[in-house]
Amino acid sequence: MVYVLIITMAVVTYLIRVIPLTLVRGEIKNKFLKNFLYYVPYACLTSMTFPAILYATNSIISALAGFVAAVVFALMNKSLLMVAAVACIAVFVVELFV
Amino acid sequence: MNEFKVGLKDSIPIATGYFAVSFSFGILAVKSGLGIFLSSIISLTNVTSAGQFAGLGIIVAGGTVLEMILTQFIINLRYALMSLALSQKLSKDMKFWHRFVIAFANTDEVFAVAMQHQKSLTLKYMLGLQIPPIFGWTAGTFVGAFAGSILPASVCSALGVALYGMFIAIVVPVAKKSRPVMIVVLVSVALSCLFYYTPVLKNISTGLVIIICTIVAATVGAIFFPIYQGKKNPSSESASKDIEDDKSDYTDKEGK
Repeated sequence: MVYVLIITMAVVTYLIRVIPLTLVRGEIKNKFLKNFLYYVPYACLTSMTFPAILYATNSIISALAGFVAAVVFALMNKSLLMVAAVACIAVFVVELFV
Repeated sequence: MNEFKVGLKDSIPIATGYFAVSFSFGILAVKSGLGIFLSSIISLTNVTSAGQFAGLGIIVAGGTVLEMILTQFIINLRYALMSLALSQKLSKDMKFWHRFVIAFANTDEVFAVAMQHQKSLTLKYMLGLQIPPIFGWTAGTFVGAFAGSILPASVCSALGVALYGMFIAIVVPVAKKSRPVMIVVLVSVALSCLFYYTPVLKNISTGLVIIICTIVAATVGAIFFPIYQGKKNPSSESASKDIEDDKSDYTDKEGK
C-alpha cells in the first residue's frame, strides 16, 4: 500500500507539471492572461512565504529574525544561497539566547 | 559559455539550498517509519517540498489513494500555473518531447530562476538548471534520513527557514525595482495573512490558499499594471514582450 501511495503521489505531481506545458504549445495571445502569468511567480512565492515562515522554527522570535535578515540581504541583492544562509544563521543565533 | 553550463551555474545555489532543506524531510520521513530508501525515492520522484510533507502525512496515517490524489492536486496546483507561464518562454527549437523532460523538476525555485533568465529557454539550459536541484534534493533527503538524528534540534530549526530565504531572495530584489510587483506582493501577503489568521478561513488547506492568493494577486497586477499593452499588430507585441525579455530575443523575433 505504501508503494501505491508513493507512486500515486509522484504521478499526480508530474501530471500537474506536464499537462499545461504540453497542452499549451503556441504563444498565448490573450493580453490579460499574459499579464496575469507575468505576476504569477511573485504572487505565488510570496503567499507561500508569509506568514508561513514565522512558524517554520522553534519560536516565532527566531523566525522573525530569520525573516528580517533574509529581507535585508535580499534588498542588497545578495545571492539565493547567501540570503538563505543568513536567514538560517540568524535563526540559529537568536535561538541561542531565546 | 554553452547553455547547459549557464543553467548549471544558475542552479548551484538552488541545489545547495535544497540539500539543506530536504534534510528535514529525510529526518521526518525516517521518524515516521519510512526507510532511508523509500524516503529518498519520494524525493527523487516528486522534487517538491509541501507536497511531500503532506504526502508523508497521508502515508503515515494510512490514507487512501483518493485522499492522496486530492491532496497532491490541491497542494501542487500552483505548478500548473507555473508550467503555463513557462510554456510561453520556451525556445522555438524545443521539441515536443523535450517538454515532458523539463516538466519533471519544474519546482518553485527552478521556475522562478528560469523566468528571470535573459533568453528564451532551451533544453540544454533547462537540464543544467534542473539536474543539480534534483540531485541536491534527493541527496539531502538521503543524508537527512541516514544521519539526521545526529543533528541537534537547533540546527534543524534553523534549516527550517532556508527554503523561505530562497523565496525571499527571488521576490524582494524585483519588488524593490518594480512598484507593480511590490503591490502584487503586498496584496499576496495581505490575503495570505487573512487566510492564516481569520477563524473560518484558516481551516482552508494550504494548497488552496496558495492558489487563491496567487490568482487574486496576479489578477490585480494584470488589471492595474499590464506589462503587455493591447495593441493588435504583432511587431508591437514582441516589442512589449521585450520589457521582460532581452534584446537578443527581440532581434530574434524581428529577424523573422
